[in-house]
Amino acid sequence: MTAHEQHIELTINGEPQAIFVAPGMRLSDALRDHAGLKSVKSGCDAGDCGACTVLIDGAQNCACLIPAIQAGGKDIETLERSEPGLRGRLQDAFLAHGAAQCGICTPGIMMAAMDLLRNVPRPTEAEVETALGGVLCRCTGYRKIVSAVMAVNLESPPGTMPGIGQAVGARVTRLDGRAKVDGSEVFGADYVPEGALLVRAIRSPHFRAGFSFGDIESWQATRPGVEAVLTARDIEGENAFGVIPPLADQPALAEHEARFLGEPVALVVGEASIVEALDLTGFPVSWTPQPHVLTERDGAAASAPQVHAKRPGNTLIRGNVVSGQPESALEHAAHAVSGTFRTSYVEHAYIETEAGVGWLEEDTLVVQACTQAPFMDRNDTAKVLGLPPEKLRIIPAAAGGGFGAKLDLSVQPLIGLAVLKTGKPCRMVFTRNESMQATTKRHPGTMTATIGADGQGRITGMTFHGDFNTGAYASWGPTVATRVPVHACGPYKTPNYRATSRAIHTHGPTAGAFRGFGVPQAAICQEMLYDELAEKCGMDRLAFRQLNAFTDGDQTPCGQVLSAVGIADCLHQLQPHWDRALASAQRFNKTAKEKRRGVGIASCWYGCGNTALPNPSTIRIGITPQGRIRLHQGATDVGQGANTVIAQIAADALGVPLADIELLGPDTALTPDCGKTSASRQTYITGKAAEAAGRALRSRILRQTNFSDASEITRSEGVIIVHEGASTQAIDLSTMQVDAFGYVLKAEETYDPPTTPLDEDGQGTPYAVYGYGAQIAEVEVDIQLGTTRVLRVTAAHDLGRAINPLLAEGQIEGGIAQGLGLALMEEFIPGHTDNLHDYLIPTIGDMPEVVSILVEKPDPEGPMGAKGLGEHVLIPTAPAILNAIRHASGARITKVPALPHRVLAALGQNT
Amino acid sequence: MSHPAKYLRPPDLQQAIQALADEDLTIAAGCTDLFPATDRKSLQGPVLDITAIPALRGIRQDDEGTQIGATTTWRDIATADLPPSLFGLQLAAREVGALQIQNRGTIAGNLCNASPAADGVPPLLTLDAEVGLCSIRGRRQIPLAQFITGPRQTERHHDELVTHIFIPKSALQGAGSFVKLGARKYLVISIVMAATRIQVADGLILSAAISVGSCGPVATRLPALEAHLTGRRVSDASIPPALVAETLHPIDDIRATAAYRIDAATVLLQRMVGGLRASSGLVA
Repeated sequence: MTAHEQHIELTINGEPQAIFVAPGMRLSDALRDHAGLKSVKSGCDAGDCGACTVLIDGAQNCACLIPAIQAGGKDIETLERSEPGLRGRLQDAFLAHGAAQCGICTPGIMMAAMDLLRNVPRPTEAEVETALGGVLCRCTGYRKIVSAVMAVNLESPPGTMPGIGQAVGARVTRLDGRAKVDGSEVFGADYVPEGALLVRAIRSPHFRAGFSFGDIESWQATRPGVEAVLTARDIEGENAFGVIPPLADQPALAEHEARFLGEPVALVVGEASIVEALDLTGFPVSWTPQPHVLTERDGAAASAPQVHAKRPGNTLIRGNVVSGQPESALEHAAHAVSGTFRTSYVEHAYIETEAGVGWLEEDTLVVQACTQAPFMDRNDTAKVLGLPPEKLRIIPAAAGGGFGAKLDLSVQPLIGLAVLKTGKPCRMVFTRNESMQATTKRHPGTMTATIGADGQGRITGMTFHGDFNTGAYASWGPTVATRVPVHACGPYKTPNYRATSRAIHTHGPTAGAFRGFGVPQAAICQEMLYDELAEKCGMDRLAFRQLNAFTDGDQTPCGQVLSAVGIADCLHQLQPHWDRALASAQRFNKTAKEKRRGVGIASCWYGCGNTALPNPSTIRIGITPQGRIRLHQGATDVGQGANTVIAQIAADALGVPLADIELLGPDTALTPDCGKTSASRQTYITGKAAEAAGRALRSRILRQTNFSDASEITRSEGVIIVHEGASTQAIDLSTMQVDAFGYVLKAEETYDPPTTPLDEDGQGTPYAVYGYGAQIAEVEVDIQLGTTRVLRVTAAHDLGRAINPLLAEGQIEGGIAQGLGLALMEEFIPGHTDNLHDYLIPTIGDMPEVVSILVEKPDPEGPMGAKGLGEHVLIPTAPAILNAIRHASGARITKVPALPHRVLAALGQNT
Repeated sequence: MSHPAKYLRPPDLQQAIQALADEDLTIAAGCTDLFPATDRKSLQGPVLDITAIPALRGIRQDDEGTQIGATTTWRDIATADLPPSLFGLQLAAREVGALQIQNRGTIAGNLCNASPAADGVPPLLTLDAEVGLCSIRGRRQIPLAQFITGPRQTERHHDELVTHIFIPKSALQGAGSFVKLGARKYLVISIVMAATRIQVADGLILSAAISVGSCGPVATRLPALEAHLTGRRVSDASIPPALVAETLHPIDDIRATAAYRIDAATVLLQRMVGGLRASSGLVA
């Protein structure tokens, strides 16, 4: 029950503004819904994330924790309504330093920074950390935020855009950055059409339960304003979605049995203010809880309840890569090590919960929601709703973080169903609790491996098996099960190899894609065993890795011959850092008592794009009769920077200044399919399509002249001018024929990586391009308390060609933050941690200094030599930290996260 | 369908306690625990908002002791000029959530919410704090140790309002300290907390007040340990693990095991006493 609305007089940045709301309404909602101040973001409604930070009489506060009436008579500042001078300097600094990625936390961060900078104009790093400690960022790893805030009153604003042919390689600030730093970016929850109805879900309170509905009609009849109650019976298409169509198994609304806690079974749709306030606990549904399983071990047990009748043994899929004679190689190895390692469910914890809005445009359903995969959303949602795909248009809202979970459908079919049934615009915003219960997670894994080496320290063989808890539905389980065996040896020559995997269904949350698709888990197993094996071989841990690292011409366990391999270069670059770090830790430990320092190293390799499956991207570039150059950029930018990087490649391929490129899309009605933003594929695959389209358009322009490719292309109103030496030629665009897209000149190019399917032994060419990297972690372990502080991470990554070094560093720092969380604190326990105070992600105070080393070993297949980077950066971090903990303290961690009690227990086992 | 709930925000204490006498109301101040308990846009009523009562906020010191008003925020406490005995409380204030929470969260709210991990409780226990309650039936003041009776349970009657926390002059001796152990730097629920208030003269421990939080249903003083330390020289003061373990009743939960909590509490206390040794020249 909430109280009557009343007039409340607010003062917003000095100007009075009256709103008419319930006195106990969260100030965040009052400001967003009643004062139009959408920079105030709602990330958790619990004071856990700080995205809604505003200033009240100059002091930072979470607006979600303030009853509107308490703000009456006080001065409120939000990002869009704050002191322009300081705000402008903050915005410039954030852009110049790359401090905003997805942008969802940016307004809150900036308000906290404003509070600080008014009191301390030139803050120290420690002062910035304390002031910003209450705002979570999941993208950046905070380092660029710290440097931006420290620089606000010290530096001049960013420089100019690069000239012709200079875009690739330049530290260009995000082309879509301005909206992220001024609070105008439109995320999933930000667009509310007039009269939009609100959709809320009824969800299973049990891990597994049968259910039946009572008298829904009467329930609805006694609640005026509720316009529809929808269940699976209302779904006219096929009530089964999934990212891998042949395995699609997830109902938009469950039919008879709920298979995980939080699974939706019904929707309540109606007037927003009424539906929002409804107490749904009395909804007429009765539950019959059933026995359930939550772990991969329990799911695989013979007696386990079966999650899907068609998948005996709860086995979704198995993966397999075999080469040589692994068992015999291990038998004859001079040294061998074995171990079993377990990882936990990990939550993506983007600060934007799933949200979106839908409406009808004539007979076309439009859904604008946060996503990483607009075309997959369109096809799958259309299937569920029984629409032809062309009658559904997906407009990706700005995504406030994705990291893999926004590849799967969430709000899309539910909003679509509500729009079709009511004929009115409908919107849905998951609460933090719903988001954490109902969307995908990183697969928990139980992995066992044995690795052997000869007397010289050369790896002779490896066996690996990983059981992965894939949760209730298929999602990306098959991808994890396939990717892991391909990568489980790490970037090291492993002549005899057997890696197997199994994705096991349970009644836990569906495990899907999360930055690395299972490879980060497998790397923990392999890289920790490598440290033990190096010791047995009597070798330095870095030297051991250098000895075994892949080089050009080596064969992977899949039989693929590699080229452009950068791992040795990365390890080589780390050598001086390794020597310094080891010496420094040794020095510290001479006098240390309760705190011991250690150094760890780990590597990664990661194939870019789908595993042995087609995944094309198509890019269109057109020139209008007015001479405007439009790039149809369909790669969704979830903060990683595709809008900027793809434009940089296109500009240089076409040979025009980056500033001349206009971005269009993504939007399934406007942009060709660029696939999904996953598998570190956009820079490589969409970039390659952009490069091809840019070059094709260039040759089409030059064909209008008799000039060579050495020419320079410039433009002015209605004219393209081509210069070669002293000669110029103008192409009058106004006389040319305009095509269906409105262009006089256009190029559209598709690129699909040349891969081959894997045979029954996993032999083939699963990827056309790989990226490589290695990281050193320096840590301090409190050996009495088991706490770990990461002091520094030095990261060397071979990305082929750094299209944008500023954004690449941002990827590295953000990946390290997530790897640090995986190693030290992140553990999603179904039913216990579905909020951001029980589920911990790193805060600004947990992130160490990061030293990024960009290694550029060009790949002949990648655009201008580029390889993928986005997932690589997370893979080495956790094993490097865990190896450093062991080096510091002797604690051998076999279950992550390495919470203090686990570290202390591991120390106890060691003594 | 029910009628909209009340939202009362009286300007004085008398009206507040009268309203509480009339009906059962949710008392709201900083709302840092109330709002996280609902996923709705508005506080679920009926609500009594006590933030418009000026007399309930602020710190007053007189001959009797120190009185901290119910709606005094953690930020108020962290930035106030207070004697060394209250340093532990001030350290705790700086460890509550992050600045946003410290700017809103109130001391009485922290006590009434009665979380086993409430940051304010261990230092207040070492300060022999008493909780002032008021209703139309009258006023009473009870020791904090009696006020919190279990997780989310207090001695407050439904018609009573916590008006203040009182720290007697006798407890304003010595120097306070506080340590919170969690799995990350900011915005963290503690695994273990320890608070001390120790009075030292000429290298001798004259009195010791020690408490531990997050190691049982409510935070607790450690009287046997206090007795053990009292009268000892700082230079040979130590923490016998058995004296810590016997008082605590922690559980295994998502943050740590029970056994770990006892070990960690012992280590934290050992270090706090060790810190005393390092600074004993200064704490006269």
